[in-house]
Amino acid sequence: MTAKQSERAAHADRIGALGARVRFDQVEKQYPGGAANAVDGVSLDIAPGEFVTLLGPSGSGKTTTLMMLAGFETPTAGEIWVDDQAIAAVPPWRRNIGMVFQNYALFPHMTVGENIAFPLKLRGMPRDEVTRRTREALDLVGLPGYEGRYPRQLSGGQQQRIALARALVFNPRVLLMDEPLGALDKQLRERLQLEIKALHDQLGVTIIYVTHDQQEALVMSDRIAVMNLGQIEQIGGPGELYDEPASRFVASFIGESNFLDGRVTGFDDGLGVIEAPGVGMLRAPAHGGCAINSEVALTVRPEKIVFADELNGASANTIDAEIVTVIFVGEMHRYEARLGGGQTIVLKRQHRSGVGRCGRGDRVRLGWHVADGRLV
Amino acid sequence: MATAARAEQARRFERLERLTQRRYLLLLAPAVLFLVIFYGYPVAAMLLRSFNDPAWGFGNFKPLTAARTPIEILGVSLPMNAYLRVIGITLQIAVGTTIATLLLGYPVAYALASMPMSRANLLMIFVLVPFWTSILVRTYAWMALLGTDGIVNEVLMGLRLIDQPATLLNTRGAVYVGMVHILLPFMILPLYAVMRGIDRNLMRAAENLGARPWQVFRSVFLPLSLPGVAAGCLLVFILALGFYITPSLLGGQRDIMISMLIQQQVVQLKWGFASALALVLLVISLIIYLVFVRVLGVQRIFGGGRR
Repeated sequence: MTAKQSERAAHADRIGALGARVRFDQVEKQYPGGAANAVDGVSLDIAPGEFVTLLGPSGSGKTTTLMMLAGFETPTAGEIWVDDQAIAAVPPWRRNIGMVFQNYALFPHMTVGENIAFPLKLRGMPRDEVTRRTREALDLVGLPGYEGRYPRQLSGGQQQRIALARALVFNPRVLLMDEPLGALDKQLRERLQLEIKALHDQLGVTIIYVTHDQQEALVMSDRIAVMNLGQIEQIGGPGELYDEPASRFVASFIGESNFLDGRVTGFDDGLGVIEAPGVGMLRAPAHGGCAINSEVALTVRPEKIVFADELNGASANTIDAEIVTVIFVGEMHRYEARLGGGQTIVLKRQHRSGVGRCGRGDRVRLGWHVADGRLV
Repeated sequence: MATAARAEQARRFERLERLTQRRYLLLLAPAVLFLVIFYGYPVAAMLLRSFNDPAWGFGNFKPLTAARTPIEILGVSLPMNAYLRVIGITLQIAVGTTIATLLLGYPVAYALASMPMSRANLLMIFVLVPFWTSILVRTYAWMALLGTDGIVNEVLMGLRLIDQPATLLNTRGAVYVGMVHILLPFMILPLYAVMRGIDRNLMRAAENLGARPWQVFRSVFLPLSLPGVAAGCLLVFILALGFYITPSLLGGQRDIMISMLIQQQVVQLKWGFASALALVLLVISLIIYLVFVRVLGVQRIFGGGRR
């Protein structure tokens, strides 16, 4: 357990440990006739009350992983645990896991009140308690008094909130969300992201969230599991994934990145030294997998690259470049520059007084601190 | 000057818009014209005959009200004559056929709607091929199957389950078998269309919220499939009301439906009375249609099960 996880567990303890621990143990899913495994050996340990996002492009196995936890798909190998219970063989209606579907899946022939009361009635709850808890759930999502309306009379954002109320009303210890904000416009999406996060803090339920939107994942999650081709490429906190991507895939999927291709020529004081054709020798912190003469890429975030005269004392890489485009994007300028070998890099500089630092065709010297790069 | 020009432009746009709308109406014209000349006029002329052939008045409707003798139906005494009895038999057969096609068709449509599209399209052939075969051919086929020397009797006798051929043909049962067989696709197709439109995630959501499979069916799938049930029942019932070939070839002497009665009058050249009976059939059909529309809404019947 990382420090962050144990801190989270302690928090869950304080508010009554509502969330459950969820554990995937070498879970695989192969569809009949499918060549590769849709989910290929996923292991994941989610602490009680944690907010974990499965992030990946379509076909990466993130939804299949979620569906196996909900019980709509059966793993072909491995086991899934909720607290101490193995659930791979438990039918979905006995799992007691809440879920918000991509298109909300509200029952169109029932009113909002009947939708929310549905799971309570199935559990044989007395009528007045059903009424009370339905009302509480609507208060929780900020739509009091909506019992009598039909889903089709509500806006997308309201339907989304009702779906959330219905998924939470029976106090599940785990809540699954499958791209729940995908159909909403940007502003509403950003507001609901914060609302869901606030609800999570308030309720302490374990949330497993699926999205292909890296921005959404960064904003909401305690930890993000980046998935690709059925496997987890990397799991970690948002800052960790952003600053220390373990692979080129993660670096390109989360945020914007530059990749400079090169060949490892040696190691120097814990740093890898690569030779990038037409650019020269560059240094960056190396991870275990790099060997001399292997083809690697040096990745560096656009906002870490500066004009060489801005560099301070720390050890830095510097390169010569020619500015190809300058775009003003509000709070900053975005430059594209061509390097000697024909590769291009992107840099973003804080915007000052409305004027670009330089224009198209200018020859400039750029640089970044060695510690800001990474070999992948 | 500028405002005048703008007003002129607005007028021109308006005219253009009206013209465009009228152009769409033109597309309807050929079909409407055809229907008015070859369907509307003959039907109107024929129905008019019920009031003026051989003389103006309600004379053609007299037989329906005359000479009633009370009979018992389900413990209720109703005044009946031969003509009203035929109408009663017609309604009874139509109701029975509708219920039977619903009970047989619902599971089939459910199975087809639950399959992957490719397999459902393949199996749909078994629904559609009989649908495309002539009613007359299929009715003759049932005569061959159900006759005294028919396959069914031969098999039963071959198995020594019976020692004499059973009377299968020319019975009410044969009428039901034939009509259900012919009308089943008219039930399955609207049911299937509505069921395909039901979002499968709704069933998953219900399961996720704690519903067992039969509870999912009862509280989510069944209510959402009701528009298909209504459309199928309406279609089958109204078609069954007017059935002629199948009941006259498969039925016995007592299984007379209203269309057969109409045919008898035409053969005897009693055009006025035939028209009166046709009007009665039309009115019954319209009443049932309006009841369905009133209760369920025409949009829900023909618009599918979507939100």
